[in-house]
Amino acid sequence: MKAKTKYVPVPSRSILPERDAGRDPVLECVKLGITLGGIKAVEDFNLTIGRTEIVGLIGPNGAGKTTVFNLLTKVYQPTTGTILLNGQDTHGMNTMQVNKAGIARTFQNIRLFRNLSVIDNVKTAMNNEMRYNMLSAILRLPNYRREEVAAHRRALKLLSIFDMQNVADVPAGSLPYGAQRRLEIVRALATNPSLLLLDEPAAGMNPSETADLMDNIRKVHEMFQIAIILIEHDMSLVMNICEGICVLNFGHVIAKGTPDEIQSNPAVIEAYLGRKKEA
Amino acid sequence: MTFLNFFISGISLGSIYAIIALGYTMVYGIAKMLNFAHGDVIMVGAYVCFYAVARYELNPFLGVVIAMMVCTFLGIIVERLAYKPLRQAPSLAVLITAIGMSYFLQNTALLLWSSNPKVFPSIIGRGSFKLFDGNLSISHITALTIGVCLVIMVILSLFIGKTKMGKAMRACSEDKGAAQLMGINVNATISMTFAIGSGLAAVAGALLCSAYPTLMPTTGALPGIKAFTAAVFGGIGSIPGAFLGGLMLGVIEIFAKAYISSQLSDAVVFGVLIVVLLVKPAGLLGKMTQEKV
Repeated sequence: MKAKTKYVPVPSRSILPERDAGRDPVLECVKLGITLGGIKAVEDFNLTIGRTEIVGLIGPNGAGKTTVFNLLTKVYQPTTGTILLNGQDTHGMNTMQVNKAGIARTFQNIRLFRNLSVIDNVKTAMNNEMRYNMLSAILRLPNYRREEVAAHRRALKLLSIFDMQNVADVPAGSLPYGAQRRLEIVRALATNPSLLLLDEPAAGMNPSETADLMDNIRKVHEMFQIAIILIEHDMSLVMNICEGICVLNFGHVIAKGTPDEIQSNPAVIEAYLGRKKEA
Repeated sequence: MTFLNFFISGISLGSIYAIIALGYTMVYGIAKMLNFAHGDVIMVGAYVCFYAVARYELNPFLGVVIAMMVCTFLGIIVERLAYKPLRQAPSLAVLITAIGMSYFLQNTALLLWSSNPKVFPSIIGRGSFKLFDGNLSISHITALTIGVCLVIMVILSLFIGKTKMGKAMRACSEDKGAAQLMGINVNATISMTFAIGSGLAAVAGALLCSAYPTLMPTTGALPGIKAFTAAVFGGIGSIPGAFLGGLMLGVIEIFAKAYISSQLSDAVVFGVLIVVLLVKPAGLLGKMTQEKV
């Protein structure tokens, strides 16, 4: 069990870990909402994430968790509210621009480029930092070589975090399930995010794989010092790894707090287990 | 020796089909659409080259370069105006738009350049190499066509395999949503694919009209359809498939003309296509896509 993070209130009427309280938050969602097909999938969603915070986003099925991720990454444009990323309003940005601005994600159902090799999956995510143009690519000019070599090195280094450098040249689709999940995290990290979104990283994993995953998430958090939001149904993972937890139900935030607070929160218990029948 | 002669001209014709088929197959691989206007881009390329060389008396190779630039630009414009607004539309709508664009280009060419056939000047003259005491003669344009096709294949394979643009193209062909979330500009990647395909179409136009010098607004239509067939034959979406399919189609067509009947050659070509698709529905090098359930 890790040491508990001390939370302190910050001016935006939210709480942040003490170490992040003095710095601008990486993400601020204010009154975020979206209507999908006449249904308010997410409504009045407020969340502030500190520079290096790990937050769990939990809630029953259909609560709107993945929708929040899709809003943050602009797969959906929010109908109401604002998203501030590193203090910058992301209004009008598209998915690609939000990625450049610092959000990277993984997917609930793995979406690797299955026919590309493992290392090419990672290098694809580095396209933005490579500056060479088409002409130098065709003529193989020195700047093309230099940048490709640098990207290759960095990709191998990232893969080595999860001990995957020896499978760099196999097609991503032929990796075992757990390794594909790890590769998705590596690919997301390759875009140099300041905020990493993990959508059910432990889905379909057995307990020992989940334990490995927890170590890996901690490792990434320590190495890169970035903020992480994770959606997860595995409560032992969430309670173990997350410093703060945000609970969604029917598109609303019903509770926010530390794992201990959440575990004893009556509204959360009700959302998960239902209300006791009145006599 | 005549066999070898036929074989070489088959390879040469097949090289042209292969270059055109690359345009079909790359666009299909990335934008998942059949760009039936591709054949007409060949015709535009040939006309531009024709005017550059015959009217303005430029160096033929400079003419090809100008044609490539014009067609690259044309490809980008066509994509931007006709196909981009339909990115989310059903594929049938896009297909019909592509056919419409094909007629639009043909008829614009008819207005601009009239229906009178032009005699295209060969870009490297009409000489030939004589081998084996003159028993085997290979025209310069045949040799050039085969050489150009090989060079294009090598450059394109390296480009797709080893550069960031190539990786972006492959990523987009697999999962545009995920690619975008990894910071790839999907629209720019699709534009680039059209640009490359159309630039290659201009090369194919110049080579085609150097070998078969009649140039009309409908010149691109039949080679376009044949190259599309070649792309399907090799497995649409696959670049080596387009190359192999193009070459095989060219050889089969020339052999059918030489040994069976020149009237039946197209029937033989399409007959072979039907047999291949019966045995391998995804084409020679195509991958079977499994529907996710």
